[in-house]
Amino acid sequence: MDRLKEISEHLQQGEDEKVSALTKRAIEEKIPPKDILNRGLIGGMNIIGEKYKAHEIFLPQVLLAAKAMYVGMDLLKPLFIKDGMPTMGKVVIGSVQGDLHDIGKNLVGIMLKGAGFEVVDLGNNVPPEKFVETARKEDAAVIGMSALLTTTMLVMQRTVDLLKEEGLGGKTKIIIGGAPVSEEFAQRIGADAYGYDSTNAVECVKRLVKKT
Amino acid sequence: MREIIEISVNDVKPDRDDVLKMQGIPPGNSLSEKVETLLKRAMDLFLEFAQPVAIVSDISIPEFAEVYSGEGLNEKKTPLDEIFKKADSLALFALTIGEKVSQKIDELFAANEFALGSMLDSVASAGTDKTADSVDEYFLNQLSEKGRITPFTGMLRYSPGYCGWHTSGQKKLFGFLHPEDIGITLLDSFLMKPLKSISGVMVVGKKEIHIFDDSYPFCSECRSHSCRDRIRALFGESRTNNKKGVM
Repeated sequence: MDRLKEISEHLQQGEDEKVSALTKRAIEEKIPPKDILNRGLIGGMNIIGEKYKAHEIFLPQVLLAAKAMYVGMDLLKPLFIKDGMPTMGKVVIGSVQGDLHDIGKNLVGIMLKGAGFEVVDLGNNVPPEKFVETARKEDAAVIGMSALLTTTMLVMQRTVDLLKEEGLGGKTKIIIGGAPVSEEFAQRIGADAYGYDSTNAVECVKRLVKKT
Repeated sequence: MREIIEISVNDVKPDRDDVLKMQGIPPGNSLSEKVETLLKRAMDLFLEFAQPVAIVSDISIPEFAEVYSGEGLNEKKTPLDEIFKKADSLALFALTIGEKVSQKIDELFAANEFALGSMLDSVASAGTDKTADSVDEYFLNQLSEKGRITPFTGMLRYSPGYCGWHTSGQKKLFGFLHPEDIGITLLDSFLMKPLKSISGVMVVGKKEIHIFDDSYPFCSECRSHSCRDRIRALFGESRTNNKKGVM
């Protein structure tokens, strides 16, 4: 079987040890690292994303595949030292100030990395200033904010406003998500997108990056 | 009465279906061996790290009226505003399964064990709900021993952040109950720490007092409408989808 297809298929089964062994073999066989990444690892994660969207598999299978993807990426990283890992763009994510819930945000980060984005995870309890400052410093294409409380979702508005005040409004897009948040709320505060779950968030970020 | 209740973790081990539902897996779905193993490992970790404990305090109707007024941010009309005034007994409660489970979840995510971390998070959430059910039962048993329960009695719990009771209501609830005594603190955002905690009021009275239509303006923003199931369950009808209730 084609080595890259093999990597993709074992990744889809969440077999991280096999993905590790096959990625090592692909490197030894001088397969270009970019192909291993895009056609093997990201290719496998893309199929996982489609299957999840179609309810053919569930969250645990997605996360097992994500772990296998990370194992493979760790092996490839040293090979991209000169030019850095190829990336779809940089996304700064975090749970907003006052909020300590970060499972949802973590899942979005995992899925974004699986789709080939570079993710800067600021953790939880992140103030608007930190989001904006990091987006500027990292030259981020997108900021992703998560909130699980009606009280903390208001911080999202302050971040959107601050980003505009700092002159980054056109350059860096904002996506929001979390239980109390809605499409309507996103529009009302001037965010660029609302992701209703982790896979939808990735699709939205892909669209936002194309627009920039 | 104000009482701290130590709860055995074995008594609040969550039901398999409740956990799987939180993982987005419908009941009756056959699981792969890998997912079965994840579920078992997460259940074992829950039993190892969860430390369920609760605090309960009786509260009179006038005292609760003051607690419920909170910071003046509740919706103008709420179901609870009508219900608690007709109650036979009210008790404030707070409960937690402790910080160690949350720490373990963080550790698992940091080690790229995403699937196990996420499964443990679901087990912990379902276990917290089950702890709340166990506190309900404890309180009802106490009332029963005092002869304050009849075949027509029903109890539901309500929490700040739901059904028009603003989350800032936590401030006065904490001021009355002092859940700090069992390790629960309140952040400026009114979020409780440890995260896997629930607080609110248990309302005991004739079953009929709990009946309300989910047609309040804020009901349109509610995603679960789980109040329907809770009310139905009071009258012995089966719950259709969500075991979580009016909280």
